[in-house]
Amino acid sequence: MDKKIKVVHYVNQFFGHIGGEDQAGIPPTVIDGPVGVGKAIQQESGHHFEVVKTIICGDNYAAEHVEELVSYVLNLVKQINPDLFMAGPAFAAGRYGIACGTLCKEIATQLYIPVVTAMHPLNPGVDIARKYVYIFKTGDSARDMTSAITGMITIANKLLNKLPIGGPKEEGYIPRGIRINVRADKRGSRRAVDMMIKKLYDMPYETELPIPTFANVPPALPIENIKDAVIALVTEGGIVPKGNPDRIEAHNASKWCHYSIRGLEALGKGEYEVAHGGYDPVPATENPNRVLPLDAARQLEKEGTFRKIYDEYAVTVGNVTAVSSAERYGKEIGEWLKNQGVQGVILTST
Amino acid sequence: MPAVLITAIPPVALTVGANRIIRGVAIPHPVGDPTKNPDDELALRKRLLEKALIALTTSISKQTLFD
Repeated sequence: MDKKIKVVHYVNQFFGHIGGEDQAGIPPTVIDGPVGVGKAIQQESGHHFEVVKTIICGDNYAAEHVEELVSYVLNLVKQINPDLFMAGPAFAAGRYGIACGTLCKEIATQLYIPVVTAMHPLNPGVDIARKYVYIFKTGDSARDMTSAITGMITIANKLLNKLPIGGPKEEGYIPRGIRINVRADKRGSRRAVDMMIKKLYDMPYETELPIPTFANVPPALPIENIKDAVIALVTEGGIVPKGNPDRIEAHNASKWCHYSIRGLEALGKGEYEVAHGGYDPVPATENPNRVLPLDAARQLEKEGTFRKIYDEYAVTVGNVTAVSSAERYGKEIGEWLKNQGVQGVILTST
Repeated sequence: MPAVLITAIPPVALTVGANRIIRGVAIPHPVGDPTKNPDDELALRKRLLEKALIALTTSISKQTLFD
């Protein structure tokens, strides 16, 4: 019998059997042995893996105190010195996925201990970690638990035994954005023509360069009573107060920001600038309302077309910005405005 | 909550999945036109916003370019 593989396992408060959202604020704790998913991991590994410690942390705590969580877990893992660190599976749970991804990345890059996690491809934790670690691809909910656990174990075994790990499709992990040269049987021109012929005959073929696909969102219901509605102005055109106080990047922006327009009739020349690095800034520098139409919106507000322009506008720079970031900013801006009682959004893009 | 996108490039908006779309003037000034005098430009901007408000109050079942 081989030596058992010593595993430290990270789970959130829910999978740690502490509680639901009401317990999401709890700071990390560690307990001996496996809990829930950890037991299943031991079982599915044929008891080859032994979960020696389970670290449990509330989702909100993890999201709000990432640095504390990372240093807590790093210290603990250093002391225990396990053979393997496992986190999740987190499925589509965002806060949980971010915690799993961040912890796996930090442990892999700082302690050089093999790590594995599992989550849904759209989990925000994916972008944090996929370049550094193997993330087994799961469905969006715990219905996919068994496949997630066996997938994590298979990848972990290969890592531990230093066996070659194949491409993302054959191994079931999320593509890491790493390109490896491989020798194909046929030269490129031949493969391209083969693919084209198959495509023309409606036969199945597999592209060598997948084009990103975008999610379709069902249209939101319209505003029923526009005269009573609060409307927000949003832009990806990078219109920011002079000096770009939050330093939104000209390319691949890492954030979105919001600024007050309360009491302003228009965006004044010289008081705003264009942070966006992908279009000619002259027209909007001359008159920022050409990208963020505050002056015209104020007139419509005064005429009673709608009740009110929301007191702040939201802005980011949409220039070579990763689609995943753009989706996240959109989601965050939407949630924020909804919480502020806004009923509709006018978004301009450059 | 509905959102309407004013963009000079509706085909891109359709590709990325925007649902309510208004055709803007140009990439560097989607809601303006530096060749017009200020009054005419403001009137143009207002018309675009009025269209946008119509889009926000119209029920749609699929991606729609409000032209």
